[in-house]
Amino acid sequence: MPAKIASDWLNACSGCEIAIVDMGERLLKVLELVDFVHIPVLMDHKYYGQTGAGDHLDIPEADVGILSGGIRNEEHLEVAREMRQKCKAIIALGTCATHGGIPSLVNSYANEDMLARYYGTESTDPVDAYPSEGVPPLLDGCYALDEKIDVDIYLPGCPPHPDQVFNALTAFLEGRMPELPGKSVCDACPTNREGKGRIKQLRRFLQAPQYGSPDEPLDKMRCLLEQGILCMGPVTRAGCGGDKMVPRCISARVPCRGCYGPVRHDGNQRLDMLNALASNGIDISSLPETTSMLRFSGAHHLLRPGRKTKGGN
Amino acid sequence: MTTQTINISPITRIEGHASIAIQLDDTGNVADSKVHFQSIRGFEKFVEGKPAEELPRIVNRICGICPWQHHLAANKAVDRCFGATPPPAGRKLRELLQTVAHAEDKLLHFFFLAASDFVIGPDADYAVRNVIGVARQNPELAQKVVKMRYKAKMILEKFAGKSIHPIAGVTGGFSKAMTEADRAWMLADMRELLDFALFTIEFAKNEVFPKYLDTIKTLGVINTGFIGTVAGDGALALYDGNLRLMRPDGTAFDFDPQDYTDYIGEHVPSWSYGKFPYAKSWEEGFSLDLDNPKGIYRSNTLARINVADKMATPRAQAELDEFRELFGRPAQATLLYHYARLIEEVYACEHAIELLEDPEITDPNVRAPVEPKAGRGVGCLEAPRGTLIHDYSTDENGLVTRANMIVGTTHNLGPINMSVNQAARTLIKDGQVDEGILNKVEMSVRAYDP
Repeated sequence: MPAKIASDWLNACSGCEIAIVDMGERLLKVLELVDFVHIPVLMDHKYYGQTGAGDHLDIPEADVGILSGGIRNEEHLEVAREMRQKCKAIIALGTCATHGGIPSLVNSYANEDMLARYYGTESTDPVDAYPSEGVPPLLDGCYALDEKIDVDIYLPGCPPHPDQVFNALTAFLEGRMPELPGKSVCDACPTNREGKGRIKQLRRFLQAPQYGSPDEPLDKMRCLLEQGILCMGPVTRAGCGGDKMVPRCISARVPCRGCYGPVRHDGNQRLDMLNALASNGIDISSLPETTSMLRFSGAHHLLRPGRKTKGGN
Repeated sequence: MTTQTINISPITRIEGHASIAIQLDDTGNVADSKVHFQSIRGFEKFVEGKPAEELPRIVNRICGICPWQHHLAANKAVDRCFGATPPPAGRKLRELLQTVAHAEDKLLHFFFLAASDFVIGPDADYAVRNVIGVARQNPELAQKVVKMRYKAKMILEKFAGKSIHPIAGVTGGFSKAMTEADRAWMLADMRELLDFALFTIEFAKNEVFPKYLDTIKTLGVINTGFIGTVAGDGALALYDGNLRLMRPDGTAFDFDPQDYTDYIGEHVPSWSYGKFPYAKSWEEGFSLDLDNPKGIYRSNTLARINVADKMATPRAQAELDEFRELFGRPAQATLLYHYARLIEEVYACEHAIELLEDPEITDPNVRAPVEPKAGRGVGCLEAPRGTLIHDYSTDENGLVTRANMIVGTTHNLGPINMSVNQAARTLIKDGQVDEGILNKVEMSVRAYDP
C-alpha cells in the first residue's frame, strides 16, 4: 500500500515545496509510491470540510507529515498540532521549520514595531487599527517547529536540495532514517585553503573575489574567507550541493551565508563564527553588524527584541 | 441579515496563504464575501540595519516561486542607493536569468496549479482534480511537462549556482561571467523551451479554452484598470522600463518607477494582513464596489498584455494580435490571465534566446566595484505575479535605514476580492452550494496566480 503523506506550509515562502517539484522526473517516481492526503499547494483538501461546514480544523491521518515554515501565528500553531496528532512522523522541511529561517529575523523586534512599520510605509494610507477580522492573531515571535511540537526528522536548507528531499523520502519509504551530512560547508568546499592567512580585517562583498578566467575551476580559487570576505561556511551544515556536494553559492563564486543552519542542530551560528574569526586573529569590529549571522537561525530565542548589538538588532 | 458563513480554507493550488468567507443572507443568496490574506512577515522592518548589499540574499525569501524577481529588484534598488552602474554584460545576465525564471514560472502555474480545473474539470473529486490526477490521466503529457519545466529550472541552477533563493546577482552587476560553452547549452535548451511554449499555447487554444469559453466570459469578471512595465517603444517589458497605469477605459499614463508613491497608494482593510494598493493618482479614492470600483487596477499577465502596445518578439506578437482580435483591449475577463500567461511564455522564451544571441553577453566584465554610501533607490521590474517595487534608503555606511516593498500579487488583492464577490454572487443562489461551485469561486482566485 502506498505511504500516506500530509504536507502543509506555515510561515513559509513555498521555496521548499518548489524544491520538491525540482526533483524533476524523480517526482513522478515518488508519486507512484505515495498518496498525498493533504497538500494545499497541489490539492484541494480543506481544513473545515470540502464545503466549509466543519467546526474544527481537520487533516487526514498519514504515515508522514511534512511541514515547511516556522510558526508565527495561531493558525500555524493549530495546523502544526493537528499534523503532529494525525501523522506518525513529522519531517521539518527547510531552515524556517528547523531554525526559523529568514522570517525569524523579525524576532529582533516586538510585533508592535513590525506592524507600525508595515502599516506605516510611505505608500500606505494612515490607519487607526491593524487588520484583525478573519486573520489569525500573531504569536510574539517566529518559532522553529520543535519549539512547539515534536519533530522526528530535520531537513534544513533554504531550500533543501532536491537530492536530499528525494533521498530522505526514499529512505523513509524503505523504513530507514534519512542520514544528513554532519559536516560543515567548508568540508564540502573545493576552494583552495592555504592555511591561516594574513588577513586581519574582513571586507564586505562589494567587489568580486580574486580568481582567473571565468571558466577557471573552483579548486583554483582561493578560499573566500582567506580572501577576507565573510563566509559562513565554517559554521554551516553541509549539504546544499546535493549529491554533487559542491556548495551552491560557492559555485557562483559567492560566499556562504549559512542557509543550512548550524552544523549541530542546537549550535549558534553567530557565536561559533565570531569565535572562529577571533581565534584566527581577525578583527571582528571590521564587520558592519552581526545580527545577519543569525539570519537563518533566529528562532530558539537566539534573536530577541531589545538586545542591542553593533549595527542595530 | 447574515445567516450563514461559508469558509473556504485554505484557498488551495495558490502560492500563498488565504481563505474566503462568503456570507449568505436569509434567502441563501450572497450578502458579502471577503478574501483574507493571512501572511505577514514584516520584511520592511527586519531588513533595517542590515548591509544593503546583503538584501538581495534576504528579500528573495519573500517568495520561493519568484525569488529571482525579488533578488533582482533588490539589486536594482541597492545599485541606485550606492550609485552603481552594472557593466552591460552584468545587466544582460540579470535580465536573462529573470526572463528564464519567468519562462519556468508560467509552466509551473499553468500545468501544476491551474490545469486540473480545465483538464480534469472544475466539478471533479478533489482527490483527482490536481496535477497528480492530470499526470495519471495523461502520462505522456505529464512526462513532457515535468521534463521541460525542470529543464528551464536547471538553466538557472546550472549557470547561476542556486535557482531557489538565488545569489548570483550582486551589487554592481553579476557574480560570474558567461562562457561560450555556457551560451551554447543554454541556447539549445531555450530553443527546446520555445518549441514547448508554442506547443503549450496551441494545446490551450485548441483543447482547453474552447471548452470553457462561457466560463471564461463570465467567471469572476470585473471592470478595472491595469498596471505593467513598458519599454520606450511601448512594448511589453519584464526587466526595465516605465510603469504604465491604464484606466478601465483604456487611456493610460506612463511614469518613472522612482516616483511610484505619487501614483500608488495602499489601503489597509480590516480583514486582510495584505494591503490593497490603488491608483492614488486617479484621485477617486478606494472602493471594491463591483458596479462602481474606485482606484482599482490589476497587475500580472493580463495587465501587462493589456497595457503593452505590442510584443517585442515575432511569435508573441502574432499571439497578441490573435488575442486582441478575440477579446479587445483592455480585455477584462479574469480567466484570460491564463491565456495571457501563455502569450508571455512565448515572449519569455523568444527574448531569452535574443539575449543569449547577443555577442556582448559573454563579456567577462560583469561587475563594477562599488562603495557603500547614503542614498535612496527604487528597484522595479515585473515579477510573474505583477509589478514588483523595492524601495530602500541607506545611511553613509550603506546600512538600510528604511525599506518599502510592494510585491506583485499585492496589487491584485483588492481585485481578487472583487472577482470572488462576483463569482460567489453569480454561482450561489437560494442557498444551493456544493464543492464544485466553491471550486469555481476559487478558480476566479487561481487565475491571478496569487
